[in-house]
Order: sequence, then C-alpha cells, then structure tokens
Amino acid sequence: MIKIKNTIAIATLLSLSICFYACNSDKKLPIYGQREAQITKDADGNEKVDTIYQTIPNFKFLNQDSTYLTQDAFKGKIYIADFFFTSCTTICPIMHRNLKTVYDEYKNNPDVMFLSHTIDFKYDKPSILKNYAQKLGVDTKKWQFVYGPKEEVYSLAEKSYLTVVGEDKTAPDGYMHQGWLVLIDKEKRMRGAYDGTKEEQVAKLKEDLKTLIAEEK
Amino acid sequence: MRKTILLSIFSIVICCIIYSCQNAAEMEQAKYLSGGKDLYIKYCQNCHSANGEGLGELYPALTDTVFLKENKAQLACIIKNGSNKPMVINGKKYNGKMPAFKQIENIDLAKIIVYITNSFGNKQGMYKFEQVATDLEGCK
Repeated sequence: MIKIKNTIAIATLLSLSICFYACNSDKKLPIYGQREAQITKDADGNEKVDTIYQTIPNFKFLNQDSTYLTQDAFKGKIYIADFFFTSCTTICPIMHRNLKTVYDEYKNNPDVMFLSHTIDFKYDKPSILKNYAQKLGVDTKKWQFVYGPKEEVYSLAEKSYLTVVGEDKTAPDGYMHQGWLVLIDKEKRMRGAYDGTKEEQVAKLKEDLKTLIAEEK
Repeated sequence: MRKTILLSIFSIVICCIIYSCQNAAEMEQAKYLSGGKDLYIKYCQNCHSANGEGLGELYPALTDTVFLKENKAQLACIIKNGSNKPMVINGKKYNGKMPAFKQIENIDLAKIIVYITNSFGNKQGMYKFEQVATDLEGCK
C-alpha cells in the first residue's frame, strides 16, 4: 500500500515538474503599453476578437551620417532603444558602458540592432553623434544614433518608449532623463524596459533578449 | 655589559618609534584611501568606471601608471579645472573635454588623488593635502 502511495507521489511530482519545464521552455516576454480589442467577423459571420497592441509609430530622424533614418532600418529586427546626450556626465556613460556589453555579445547577430536618441537638440548634431559613436567604438550600421527636433523626440520618448526626458536648468548638464534601455520586438511592440545604470538589470535584459530571439524565430 | 644592555634598549626604543611612525603614516594613507574611494564614486566613476577602465575613446582609463606618474603634479589641476588638451593614454588618443570640478576642496582633491594613484594597478603612495595648494599654483 505504502509503495503504491509512493509511486503515485513520485508520478505526480514528475508530471508537475514536466509541466513546469514545459511552461518554462516556451517562456514569452510580456507585451507592454496600451491595448485594444478589435472585433472582426470572418467569412462565416463568426465574431473574432483581435488584440491590438501599442507599437512604436513611424519616425524620421537624421542619423550620425546626416541621412534620414526611418523604421525601414528596423524591419524584421529586434532593437534596443535609449535616450541620452553626448555631453552627459551623469547616467549616460554608465548606460552606454553597460549597453556596449550587450552590443559586444550581439554584434554578429543580424537580427539585433541598437538605437540611441539624443535629447540635446541644441548641440548633438549628426557630426557630434558620429564622433561619439566612433569613440565609443561601435559600428553605426548596427548601433544608430539619431537627432531630431525637440518635440518629436521628446514625445516619442514619453508616449512610445515610456521614458521621461526633459530640459532641466538645475541638472548639472542641463537635461534630465531616465536611463531605460527599451526592448522592441519585430512587430515594433515594447517587450521590456531595463535600468541601464544597474548591472543586474542589464543582465536581465541579456536574458530577455535571448528569450525574445527564441520566441520570434 | 652595562653598555651593551643600554645600547640594546636604546635601539629597541628607536625601532619602536620608527615602527609606530610608519604605522601612523600608513593609517593616514588608509584614511585618505577610503575617503577617496567614496569621492571617486561620487565625482569620477560615472565616466571612468568602477575599475578605472574608462569607456572606449570617450573617457580615458586610469590604468596608465606611467601617465599618472609623469603627470602627478597636474592631477589636481585636471580635476579642479577640467581639461580640453589632447592626451595619449595607454597608447590611445583622447581629445574630448573633461568638465571642471571647482567645488572640490583641496583635502578632497588629495583623497581622490591618493585613491586613483593607488588603485587600478597604480602604487604611488601618499599625496598630502598641503601639496594640492602648491600643485594648483603650477597649473599649466
């Protein structure tokens, strides 16, 4: 009798762990932002509910080579976006030191790109961005740096990438901003945001990036 | 016999004095070092990084022991007044601008310099705060 009980217990444990394992192996990242339900009818008149997720809208910014960069550059790519400025001495150097470790791991993976927006619309013209990228030591085909008018960049940051940016006369370098590294999937949806100044969050980003690549294969 | 005993007591005393002096000097340096580390985290670490490696060609490393030794008298000036002169550090050219930290007092400059010049592979020993005033007069 005891033997049977034991067998049942072991069997239950086994099946439970298989379930957990199965759940883990097709782990998916959450999808952030607002969502809407759209009801559509198929050919037979049956109602179907589709979820419409928030996506990054089209943009057109000058990049480090003074050519316009649009979402076409990120078609079919996963990318990590952030907001910074070149003369920043507070969180930006830490963010980019950390993001560069991600870049170094994925520089040979054609599916992954990086996009840094400057929030210093007065000084960070394309030539300054180019100089910065060269000194950071990254290939700008893979890691793009973009410059745009204040309203466009700031509203994209706040509404789409959910990152707070702004001018601040009291800040040491004249701007304040959050150090999020935002993970965007191939459907332009936001799948994660990580504090680029914290090493453990950047480790999480690396882990989630792996999950997302596997999910979108 | 008596002479020998006296001599040995005398030399023991001298040894003790030297030893305790050394200890006091070591303790002072340790104080500068630990204070310097906190100040480094506050003012320098964002750009120059926790292990002094800097970042690409944007922010120079502090691991070039020869550069730091040869320019030791200019370190206080560079921190206090910033710098926009090109430098070659670890064989890499840097022509960016370092901001000035006018608000840092001499004693804290000394602590930061002791920390930098005794970390990241550097081992230059003590740098007293009296020296800061002298060095700041000789800024190039």
